[in-house]
Amino acid sequence: MVSRLFRLRVLALATLVSFAAFIGAACTPDHPQSTFDSMGPVAQRQEDLFVLIFIAALIVFLIVGGFLLFTVLKFRNRAGTPRQTHGNTRLEVILTIIPAIVLIIVAVPTISALFYIADPPSGEAVMDINVTGKQWFWNFEYPDAGVTTSNELHIPVGENIRATLRSDDVIHSFWIPKLAGKVDVIPTRANDMWFKADEVGVYWGQCAEFCGIAHAHMRFQVVVETQADFDAWVAKQAEPAAEPSSELAQRGHDLVTARGCIGCHTIDGIPGAVGTIGPNLTHVGSRTRIASGILERTPENVAAWLRDPQEAKPGNDMPNLNLSEDDISALVAYLDGLK
Amino acid sequence: MATIASALSRPTSLNGVWSWITTVDHKRIGILYGVTAFIFFLIGGLEAMLMRLQLARPEQSLVGPDEFNQLFTMHGTTMIFLAIMPLSAAFFNYLVPLMIGARDVAFPRLNAFSYWVFLAGGIMLNLSWLGGAPNSGWFGYAPLTSSAFSVGNGVDWWVLSLQVLGIASLASAFNFIVTILNMRAPGMSLFRMPVFIWMTLITAFLLIFAFPVITVALVELMFDRNFGTNFFVASAGGDPILWQHLFWIFGHPEVYILILPAMGIVSEILPTFSRKPLFGYPFIVFSGIVIGFMGWAVWSHHMFTVGLGPIANAAFTITTMAIAVPTGVKIFNWIGTMWGGSIQLKTPMLFAIGFLFLFIIGGLSGVMHSISPSDAQQQDTYFVVAHLHYVLFGGSIMGILGGIYYWFPKFSGRLMSEGLGKAHFWATFIGMNAAFFPMHFLGMDGMPRRIFTYESGMGWDLWNFVSSVGAIFLGISMLLFVYNAVRSWRKGELAGDDPWDARTLEWSMPSPPPIHNFDEIPIVRGRDAWWHQKRRRAVTAPVAGGSGESDGAHESIHLPSPSYMPLLAAIGISLAAYGVVLSYYLTAFGMFMTVASLYGWYMEPITASSEDEKH
Ligand code: HEC
Ligand SMILES: [Cu+2]
Ligand SMILES: [Cu+2]
Repeated sequence: MVSRLFRLRVLALATLVSFAAFIGAACTPDHPQSTFDSMGPVAQRQEDLFVLIFIAALIVFLIVGGFLLFTVLKFRNRAGTPRQTHGNTRLEVILTIIPAIVLIIVAVPTISALFYIADPPSGEAVMDINVTGKQWFWNFEYPDAGVTTSNELHIPVGENIRATLRSDDVIHSFWIPKLAGKVDVIPTRANDMWFKADEVGVYWGQCAEFCGIAHAHMRFQVVVETQADFDAWVAKQAEPAAEPSSELAQRGHDLVTARGCIGCHTIDGIPGAVGTIGPNLTHVGSRTRIASGILERTPENVAAWLRDPQEAKPGNDMPNLNLSEDDISALVAYLDGLK
Repeated sequence: MATIASALSRPTSLNGVWSWITTVDHKRIGILYGVTAFIFFLIGGLEAMLMRLQLARPEQSLVGPDEFNQLFTMHGTTMIFLAIMPLSAAFFNYLVPLMIGARDVAFPRLNAFSYWVFLAGGIMLNLSWLGGAPNSGWFGYAPLTSSAFSVGNGVDWWVLSLQVLGIASLASAFNFIVTILNMRAPGMSLFRMPVFIWMTLITAFLLIFAFPVITVALVELMFDRNFGTNFFVASAGGDPILWQHLFWIFGHPEVYILILPAMGIVSEILPTFSRKPLFGYPFIVFSGIVIGFMGWAVWSHHMFTVGLGPIANAAFTITTMAIAVPTGVKIFNWIGTMWGGSIQLKTPMLFAIGFLFLFIIGGLSGVMHSISPSDAQQQDTYFVVAHLHYVLFGGSIMGILGGIYYWFPKFSGRLMSEGLGKAHFWATFIGMNAAFFPMHFLGMDGMPRRIFTYESGMGWDLWNFVSSVGAIFLGISMLLFVYNAVRSWRKGELAGDDPWDARTLEWSMPSPPPIHNFDEIPIVRGRDAWWHQKRRRAVTAPVAGGSGESDGAHESIHLPSPSYMPLLAAIGISLAAYGVVLSYYLTAFGMFMTVASLYGWYMEPITASSEDEKH
């Protein structure tokens, strides 16, 4: 009996230690989507609330689970026919009321957090961004600056951001774990969410609502930078696409029209390049990743993408265009210049 | 049409395949339900193991994205509609008449009909693998299910088979409500019913209120896909959120449809192996009823991130937190049942205790989900996957497995091996925790659900690997159970009438029970009727509140005769459903066949006279 209780205690301790180890480990940079490494007030509020509920739940678990095990061990194989008790009304009423009270206590910070995350603090400045979820990438529009980009959201540090979420196809869900919990992106609706980043850095986001074949690959990055860097970035994005700087790139520039890329992609400055089926490529050369975050934008990766977009991201809406290797290197050179 | 009834002579054989196909005996139908559902359970388990293999390491390509989407859609749909619900139905069928002291259910042929329709629906859903299984998730969110985004017939098969399965569920729910309300033995008032019967009754009521909602939603989806309507087609002004409301108004009560039967089973096992009555019977019953009502007021907790606004989210947060109270009441009373008892750790009891332990974890993670602001981080992550498996595997399946070990001696006449049973319990318990506990970590670490692969460097590698090993282990542990069940059924130790010294009426008769159940309808003077009868307590409580017929003098017992009609009607219904995809002529034929068999059903007497048999 003693040894059994001892073993139980060891078990409980081991559970606690592994939890603590997990939470500690989850804060390191190699957990880019950890919800225990909040970098902004919205995520922080959600994390604090979670930790509170978690501790409450853990206490309840240890008490009830411990009591359960204790009961089983204590009354195991007791001799004789036990007394046939049928219940104890007072005890049961008490045991009904206690959890109700615990829940009422928990409800208070819950409701307050709920209203906190609903809207940015009133009276503070807010920057608006329009987010459009598409099968299977993201478009970001800055209405005040008149700038549109894809898959890489830039925001200034310390500023309240209000994102208005829309979709033209199916339901997606916009989620940047370190900055804010998710809000669904729903056709026929424009949902709002707000967040703020406290530190400069790059944060990962991912579509959280199942949206079809390439759902697993519908990711994005949020680049949080100083106001000055952000302003410079916006100014650059507002410019039309850069002119090709080499002969090879010039050929790529011509191919973009000749091979019909412009039917699906927007490139400001090229006549007719107003397609919206794919991401905006005007400044694709300024981004660190392509294909909604899944490939680093190296020349090799861009070439591989053009060779067969279905290889890296099965099911996405860019078909294999059967480009020749010459064309591919020309296009890679051109796209690389679109800083 | 009248010829149908007379053209087929009434089946008479009591042995062999045909006797099973035409049976209307609730015990045989129960066994059919159980075996069929268990096979579907194994199929669903295989689907899960394939997914876990794919996710064991980052960036694997064992299965591609589309196959993966089909796998999780089929896994969810199969486990809910083809495994847990019909496994519960197996217990309802086998046990309800035995436990309330009746000779059969109220509508024996309708009962057979439910089974055949269920089987037809299950086959239909699984045949869809041939041409591409449904791949939009078991929740089928619009507009991904619309014909623009889901080409092919996968979603159609999903819609149609769920409709077919809905018919089976509704028919059996009505049957059990009528049986329980009208056929209880003399003296068995409602508050003398075993808790399992109460949970069956509540489940049946939930079914008849929940299924019409999903039926309407599915009809609308079928019209959108086949006849050009736009209920959910966002691009044409339809409302995808309407689907979510309809789906979850069904879907949340469905959660209780899945768990209440297991709670009923556990409420029978715990008293037997504690050798004590259930603690706080009225509290357990009332909390079940309260859950049954409150289950209708929480559906939007599945929609916390939809953008319903803070007021709606606050309301559903509070109702969802509140539903934890009656659930907690049950847990306290189950522990109270064991307290002061003499606990026999036989296999069924191990599963019941395992149920309690795992259900506490699942319940608590459920409360964590109800906190909508922080749930925005867990929604649609592996944290939810962990939670739902603690409730549905740790809860429903553990309860059901315990129930099988518990009643196996009754329906087979033989005991299952205790040694293998205990090994199975520990393997399942360990495998289940290894498979599902790490998913909490994955969710908190930002891993979304329903992704077919992930990059390494997300911090997800370790726990995914552990989870996959656990899942494979869990799958293999089920083989122990199958081996034990098959072997024990054929040459297990003979059980006798009452191997566990149990408390309820089904243990008062031989194992397996005779076809007419009770030689003499028992007279009930209190809860745990059989326990008191055995101890020959001088119970003076009045015999009041039964609702069935007692047989007074010993007349000969008339049992309903076997019939072809339920099977024919079920085939007709499934043909009509196949026709929606294949050809409307087939639909017309199927409908005709259904109507004709129902007419034949109506014309044939419940109990064939000896003249009929001479044809
Ligand atoms: C039929 C439409 C279509 C055509 C034609 C097309 N693309 Fe695309 N392209 C897409 C889509 C859709 C994506 C987004 C894929 C994803 O991430 O899901 C894409 C993505 C890309 C990307 C990655 C952009 C990023 O930031 O993620 C590049 C680069 C690209 N396309 C270049 C080209 C070039 C060059 C051509 C012409 C040779 C071309 N595309 C033709 C549809 C098209
Ligand atoms: Cu998605
Ligand atoms: Cu629910």
